[in-house]
Amino acid sequence: MHELGVTENIVNITLAKAGEAQASKVLKINVVVGELSGFVPDCIQFYFDTLSKDTIAQGAVLHFETVPTHLRCRNCSTIFHPKDTLWSCPKCGSQSVEIFKGRELYIESVEVE
Amino acid sequence: MKKIEVVQNVLEANETIASRNQQLLDKHRVFVINIMSAPGAGKTSLILRTLTKLKGRLNIAVIEGDVASTVDAEKVQSEAKSVVQINTRNMPESCSLMAVMIESALKDMPLDNIDLILIENVGNLICPAEFTLGEHKRVVISSLPEGDDKPIKYPLIFIDADAVIINKMDLLPHVDFDIAAFRRSIAGLNPKAEFFQISCKTGEGIEKWCSWILKQVETHAMER
Repeated sequence: MHELGVTENIVNITLAKAGEAQASKVLKINVVVGELSGFVPDCIQFYFDTLSKDTIAQGAVLHFETVPTHLRCRNCSTIFHPKDTLWSCPKCGSQSVEIFKGRELYIESVEVE
Repeated sequence: MKKIEVVQNVLEANETIASRNQQLLDKHRVFVINIMSAPGAGKTSLILRTLTKLKGRLNIAVIEGDVASTVDAEKVQSEAKSVVQINTRNMPESCSLMAVMIESALKDMPLDNIDLILIENVGNLICPAEFTLGEHKRVVISSLPEGDDKPIKYPLIFIDADAVIINKMDLLPHVDFDIAAFRRSIAGLNPKAEFFQISCKTGEGIEKWCSWILKQVETHAMER
């Protein structure tokens, strides 16, 4: 639902970095998206195609690497991937957990020529 | 082909503006609470109760975020020091307030005459979790008819909350809402969150909630 602004940021960051590198074309943008973040890759690509029109990023491919959710148990420090929506530690059963990974949304790298 | 390492947070633009907002607010000694919930959980009712209860104690302004209409702003108009309505319908994002919207709302507010701003975010449990606005405290309301499983279904918004409120306590005899289970979920996700059980209809719990606000505002003013 809020991918348009996010995609604008992706285009801006990409064009700035490509400009610094004096690139003539952006081929691929590698984006890391956490499983828990509310962002939908297909939606970002859709907006990207429109927003990148007539820039050196037009036609670039967005590659998304999804980071699975990893939680850390506050009781026994076990790091685990929750199997369902009930977040309980597989080792000690505690439901006191914090997010270790899965909220990411960043551009990892940009491939240019 | 050349690969450029970037590693830049895509939400950084919002976060930069949010921290600029907070600097401005701190300069004027204004405390800000971002109130979030699903549509209909009672954000406007809570704001109205808070305005009435704290009248004469604090100068309170309100920023109303809605996809469309000014109905909420009209409701709080008579009690608040200043009201700004933000309609997100024609903005790039309509599902949540963003720091840039607050930045422009603050320009229209007499900050030196305000102690507290209550921001009513767009009714939504997903998107507002991703965007900070420059607020000092984040508050999430769940109401009894929504069911006690919301922290399990929408963990992010509850994880970042400084306070969690259950509203519509007057409906408890009529709904199957397990308060203990809800509180266990919150305690697991976010053990530091303050917890309030209120009814905006009867006024239950409003006193305690408002005392908490007063304490936060005082502490903030002393730190400046």
